[in-house]
Amino acid sequence: MIDIFINITLLAFLAITAVAMVRMSNLFAIIMLFGIFSFLSAGLFVVMDAADVAFTEAAVGAGISTVLMLATLALTKDHKEKKPLGHRPWLPLAVVIITGAALVYGTIDIPAFGDAKAPPQLHVAPYYIEKSMPETGVPNMVTAVLASYRGFDTLGETAVIFTAGVAVLLLIGGRRSKQSDKKQDEGKDDEA
Amino acid sequence: MDFILGHYNYWIVIFLMMVGFYTVISRGNLVKKIVGLNIFQVSVFLLYISLSTVDGGTTPIVKEGFDLYSNPLPHVLILTAIVVGVATTALGLALVVRIKEAYGTIEEDEIHEQDHSL
Repeated sequence: MIDIFINITLLAFLAITAVAMVRMSNLFAIIMLFGIFSFLSAGLFVVMDAADVAFTEAAVGAGISTVLMLATLALTKDHKEKKPLGHRPWLPLAVVIITGAALVYGTIDIPAFGDAKAPPQLHVAPYYIEKSMPETGVPNMVTAVLASYRGFDTLGETAVIFTAGVAVLLLIGGRRSKQSDKKQDEGKDDEA
Repeated sequence: MDFILGHYNYWIVIFLMMVGFYTVISRGNLVKKIVGLNIFQVSVFLLYISLSTVDGGTTPIVKEGFDLYSNPLPHVLILTAIVVGVATTALGLALVVRIKEAYGTIEEDEIHEQDHSL
């Protein structure tokens, strides 16, 4: 019972934080709220029995993502979001409400939260739960599936991260210092 | 009441999804767009983990005395998704830095103005 109470409270906090992020225009505050948002979701993962996911979300989602965004803010030196002049909020709002209503309609058929007889619990999951310990000798089923049964998936993930790392280096690595010197020179010319 | 409690998770997930979606399509600031994309991502993670939860189950780590575990497969998928999500966020932010260098702004409408593209 206490689980459900914590679950409801944390989800409500998540919703409030998300709305606050959309309404704010100070980018620094938005990024800090995003860190809070990630930590709240990590707490929620613990309540929903996903300890490994919670670790990863707290370290990678809340930690690295927030640091990357702060670094971008430091490099772009733009701390304030400008509201566009011809801003029409009703069109995106209508799109979002219609999409959301369609999705909510879709949830009516979903089995209730925590149902042990729901389809996701009946397909391949019982095999992993029963066989992963005797077959791989790893007590943590998530690790067994990640590194053993779905090892090629993880290899593909590593390839994706490597590609993204190379792309980031190609985009902003190397000639960065020269570029910013030129920028500063231009700025001085403008002032003069 | 049972119906509401059983579907509350999914409704909040959809709400978060739509908040992220709205941020992406309605805001012109590129950093804020990426924050919106991240909100959307987290909502998808929550959807998968909600589907994997079993009432009375425990964390899927084998231990004497426990025989009801939550579904480990969505946990694995979401672990992969979180790490890939950070990689794509890093790529997006690197693009924002390059756009700032090339255009001097990270507001979408000012970029369109300079390009005469809108």
